[in-house]
Amino acid sequence: MIVARDDTLVIRNPDDVVRVRQEVRARAVAAGFGLVDQTKIVTAASELARNTLDYGGGGKARIEVVQNGARKGLRLTFEDQGPGIPDVELALKDGYTTGGGLGLGLSGARRLSNEFQIHSVVGEGTRVTIARWK
Amino acid sequence: MATILSSILEAHDGEVLAQWLVALKASGGTGGGRIKEGELQTQCRHFLDALRQALATAKNSDGNIQGAAFEDVRELLADVSRSRAAQGFSPTETASFVFSLKQPLFERLRQELGGDTARIVDESWQATQVLDQLGLYTTEIHQKSREDIVARQQAEIAELSTPVVKLWHGILALPLIGTLDSARTQVVMENLLQSIVDQGAEIAIIDITGVPTVDTLVAQHLLKTIAAARLMGADCIVSGIRPQIAQTMVHLGVELNVVSKASLADAFALALQRTGRTVVRSKLAGTLAART
Repeated sequence: MIVARDDTLVIRNPDDVVRVRQEVRARAVAAGFGLVDQTKIVTAASELARNTLDYGGGGKARIEVVQNGARKGLRLTFEDQGPGIPDVELALKDGYTTGGGLGLGLSGARRLSNEFQIHSVVGEGTRVTIARWK
Repeated sequence: MATILSSILEAHDGEVLAQWLVALKASGGTGGGRIKEGELQTQCRHFLDALRQALATAKNSDGNIQGAAFEDVRELLADVSRSRAAQGFSPTETASFVFSLKQPLFERLRQELGGDTARIVDESWQATQVLDQLGLYTTEIHQKSREDIVARQQAEIAELSTPVVKLWHGILALPLIGTLDSARTQVVMENLLQSIVDQGAEIAIIDITGVPTVDTLVAQHLLKTIAAARLMGADCIVSGIRPQIAQTMVHLGVELNVVSKASLADAFALALQRTGRTVVRSKLAGTLAART
């Protein structure tokens, strides 16, 4: 797999979430994503960026444009040094929230992407990686 | 304190001013001609006057510009800085106003003190301390004025982009545009609920054509607004859900539990129907159109 482009954005306030969305949309358009795929990856990025901010206390978003043979895609990595998630299974359940949201962000982001990995250690932080292929 | 500086400014103010103006233009302190020659001269002259008085009256020699003696200088610099910020000067261009004074002043110091190297170093150090602080002060004011401008624009955007439109008796429309962050959503909610009361509306149409991304937070804000409107006796219709948004919302698992339509026109037609009205084509208008 070739990484054609690699950017990292800092997430510290709600304006940064907007910037992550705009950047992901620009990359998705450049990679030739259709309107539906664009909207899906942008929405997933929005959910994960907001989780990084609200629950992780801020962190970083990495946006990679990747190519696997003839397939082009976007890989996004959201990382924070927050409290971590004690029960990842539970956090991925629809409707489960600890912060007063709808509880659909994390599980929704999984459904909106083709690949989804989550790695969380309590007290150290959380890293979520998603990919969507054209 | 630096009495030699104030006496230099007193005796040679004309030459210092002329050299300063040359240095200002060379260092880009005029912002590429955005400021008029006469205006710049007046600002410079006033600044030199104020600085001379401040240096003459300041008692301690630590060169602190926060004291009462420098009040006029600070006020003048704040004015200069604010007007430059409004004219779109960069921080460098703004700070050059103060920093470009160093060269002519130091030149003068050298001429006045001749070969007394120790004294030159001493006086230059004091002058540098004062001018550096004044330069930093200009930058600070410049940045603050820019922040004020941004804050004002944000407030304007927040108000402008949330109008509630009356479509018919008892039918309101709320066209949402842009990002729905919490601060703006609050304004949207208040506007809509107040308009429902003011106009005794039965139906409110929330149009999200202009919202680029509908994620769970946006959905939650919408649901809360709809619930609050319902408590006040008004039904909501959500319109402007584009195909890609609809698919994304299904994947997210968000259910709006509200009547929704693809376009504002469809939603308006439904609202008219619900309030017992129909739209019919006038026969008279039809025949008139046929004749022409």
